[in-house]
Amino acid sequence: MFNNLIAGIRALFHRKQRNAEIHAELSSFLEASIDEKMRRGLSREQAEHAAHAEMASTESVRHKVWSASWESTAESLFQDLRFALRQLRRNPGFATTAILILTLGIAASVAIFSFVDAALIRPLPFQNASSLVILFENNSLGPRFHLSYKDYIDWKNQNTVFSNLEIYAPWGFMMQTPAGTQKADGALVSANFFRTLGVTPAIGRDFRPDEDQAGAARPVLLTYAGWQRLYGARADITGQTVVLDNQPNTIIGVLPRDFHFQPTEPADFFATERPDGACEKDRGCHNQFGLARLRPGVSLAAAMANMKNIAGRLALQYPDSNRDRGAFMLPITDLIVGDVRPILLVLLAGAALLLLIATVNVASLLLVRSETRKREIAVRGAIGASRARLLLQFVTEGVVLASVAGILGSVLACAVMRYAVGLVPKDMFASMPYLYSIGFNFRVFIFAALISFAAAALFSIIPAVRVTLSDLREDLNAGGRGAAGTVWRRFGSNLVVVELALAVVLLAGAGLLGKSFYRLLHVDTGLVPDHLATLQVSAQSPAYQQPPAQIALEREIQSRLSTLPGVRSIAFTSQLPLGDGDGTIDLDVFGGPPHKDLREVADREVSPGYFSTIRARLVRGRWFTEDEDSTKSRVGIINQQLAKQFFPGEDPIGQQVFSDSRSKSHIRIIGVISDIQEGQLDAAPRAAIYMPFNQAPDNDFAVILRTTQTEDAVLSSATAAIHSIDPVIAVHDPITMTQRLHDSPSAWFHRSSAWLVGCFAALALILSVVGLYGVISYSVSQRTREIGVRMALGAQRSSVYRLILREAGRLAFIGIAAGLLCSLAATTLLRSLLFRVQTWDVTTLAAVALTLGAAALLASYLPARRAASVNPTEALHAE
Amino acid sequence: MPEKSGDLVQGTLEMLVLKTVALDPMHGYGIALRIEQVSHGVFRVNPGSLLPALSRMERAGRIKAEWRATENNRRARYYQLTEKGRKALKEERRQWGRQIDAINRILEA
Repeated sequence: MFNNLIAGIRALFHRKQRNAEIHAELSSFLEASIDEKMRRGLSREQAEHAAHAEMASTESVRHKVWSASWESTAESLFQDLRFALRQLRRNPGFATTAILILTLGIAASVAIFSFVDAALIRPLPFQNASSLVILFENNSLGPRFHLSYKDYIDWKNQNTVFSNLEIYAPWGFMMQTPAGTQKADGALVSANFFRTLGVTPAIGRDFRPDEDQAGAARPVLLTYAGWQRLYGARADITGQTVVLDNQPNTIIGVLPRDFHFQPTEPADFFATERPDGACEKDRGCHNQFGLARLRPGVSLAAAMANMKNIAGRLALQYPDSNRDRGAFMLPITDLIVGDVRPILLVLLAGAALLLLIATVNVASLLLVRSETRKREIAVRGAIGASRARLLLQFVTEGVVLASVAGILGSVLACAVMRYAVGLVPKDMFASMPYLYSIGFNFRVFIFAALISFAAAALFSIIPAVRVTLSDLREDLNAGGRGAAGTVWRRFGSNLVVVELALAVVLLAGAGLLGKSFYRLLHVDTGLVPDHLATLQVSAQSPAYQQPPAQIALEREIQSRLSTLPGVRSIAFTSQLPLGDGDGTIDLDVFGGPPHKDLREVADREVSPGYFSTIRARLVRGRWFTEDEDSTKSRVGIINQQLAKQFFPGEDPIGQQVFSDSRSKSHIRIIGVISDIQEGQLDAAPRAAIYMPFNQAPDNDFAVILRTTQTEDAVLSSATAAIHSIDPVIAVHDPITMTQRLHDSPSAWFHRSSAWLVGCFAALALILSVVGLYGVISYSVSQRTREIGVRMALGAQRSSVYRLILREAGRLAFIGIAAGLLCSLAATTLLRSLLFRVQTWDVTTLAAVALTLGAAALLASYLPARRAASVNPTEALHAE
Repeated sequence: MPEKSGDLVQGTLEMLVLKTVALDPMHGYGIALRIEQVSHGVFRVNPGSLLPALSRMERAGRIKAEWRATENNRRARYYQLTEKGRKALKEERRQWGRQIDAINRILEA
């Protein structure tokens, strides 16, 4: 075996010597044969003649001897490879175009796939993630709301389906350091949270089971990122004390580097939840989410049924707080990647379509080339190349093209990946922690190899079909005199129809996503977002625990900020609009029958200047006044949605409402405004009530500034001004309202998918139109003679135009029509991504058809003009 | 077709060559001649099959070759059985014997 290999390699490298050996052997055989024949009495001449006759062709015997060993196969492959490279080099225009087109297609697919891999394929960093579920309480507004601590305790004790049931609540910690107060992110969790996930700290220890009880010491775990960011990854981290929210905590450990729990990202600290908080003692106060591990063998449906039962019992037992509240659960993967899954799948489909167009484009280029090379192929066939050998030549060329493009495409994809990850806004990136480790890994490599292989297969098959279908003898004397490539006509020109149809699908998708993005950005938010700057203020120190101090702080900030240059007006609110839409209370009409459902409304405590600052529109009634504080009766302003839900056909002004989870004091409605978008841009309108900040102050609120100059300049001076009041006050998350609008998750997802699919569609448009141009001009070049004859017989130039344009028009029409049909089917995939746009949006589809039609017309006009300017005499002379 | 016969039974050429060179080293033409004579002219081996077979067997290590002077004072490559070739011959003969027996049993059944 080994000797065989060595001998083969030696033969390959010393080709001449090996040939000489074979030759010597042959001559000695001949001589022996001649000697033998002369010995039997033949003359020398006769003997030589007979011996040569026996041997037939010495060259063929020599070839047979050479072919008996493996190295001859290797050599012919190598020859094909060299020939393929020479062919590609000799035609650099073709090679560059083909490789460029294919590289773009492969790069787009590989880059998108790497995101799909990171988000959907790579397992989450938890043990056996498929049995983990997230628990919510549902209410009249929807299924995914917080649950209350007391409900959690009942769920935990009464369920029979979970091996563990824990809670978590994202939490912003105020971290006191010698340098001042800064915000640190993280969550409060119950003690067995990490054991339920199957995660153990990389350094130090986990929470002990009793460390979430009222009297327990205060341990905290650091995330790996927090350890790096806040402590410079110092080694002696365990046992350190950190002051969070005015309480000393002991750091007990650091979580593993690859750990991330998306619902609480970004996170620096994890501390334990306590049953003695004000909210935790109130069954009507909802501030937790549940995390549970299903017992082995328990299905999601069975668990759901069990939880529904328990929630139903609790609703009967505690009607005040639990009426209309049920249980809801989701597999953890649905929660974490549920939002991005449809987007990624649409993008992957888009990239696949682009790759398909690119491949078809290159394949038709190859087909045209095999038409022009049919003479060469016929000659090679005639002088003895076997069909297999001819086919192998095409396979080699296809493989060379596809592998070069595959390598270049993968390199480009890596660059695109890095660039694309850099484009993700910081907050969005934090909510997609699975993207931290995106990269060109083994699975991505396999994917790239597979698509390159598929492309190579296609490239080999198409010219191979050409060789098999055609008659070599006919090709040999073909000088273009025969019908212009029947194979081409039957097959090649139809490829461009596929390209056009695919381009329509991509353009339609891009058009719909673009329109939907436009609609989203032009949603009526109920406020005027430009020149609004916002920041968050958190005054946690004991000095700001009482309402009078909180009101005084608000007034002080008001007066300091109003002296800043560029500030027109200042407002305060408990929560900014365009957020997650959270922060709700149960509301009932005083004196009326209890509301059956839809009691849950958003509530905001705002300063009197809030509405005028954001320029909300008053529909009825009046705004708050500065002196409406705790000494006056409680008042509220509602939005139109709430008016519609609670007071259909009535005048809400002067009506009294109350909320049972807070005090039972009545709130008199004094005004109605048109809806301000409290949730995400694509969220349905939600009932909301606004109450004066001075009647329910807080030490944690948002400041909104209407500015006369750029918002960013004001933001930094405002931060400094607030710190000058008291450096202990934390000022965080400065952002302009326009940024909130544009960088909100819904806008970002819409924008990025519209942009990406738009890029794919633009490339697809170019490729398919270039493809059509290529087909038509090739057809013109093939029909030059025919056109010459027609013109010699008196055809007008206009009829030549018609001839060519009709051919192009037929292809374009079929392509666009087929594409429109495919789009109707394909865009239903998009439905979940579209905002106020139908998947069969007529204007979009019409615009796509028109764009492509116009581009196709242009692409076929150029070759048609060339055809019409054919000189009949020259065309007839031309061979 | 005894008159025209010159074709070997498929797959037996290597076995016959191995057997032929088992006793003495021989050159290519000598092997062809010997097979023809011993088979009383039934098998005629043409160089187009013999030489590639020799090359294949040499590569497989069943025979080895060296240039020597012939009885006519010419130079030729003499082939000689190796130990590996001897084993291969034994194995092929055994196989052949079994096949012949089987074929006979079928024909006489």
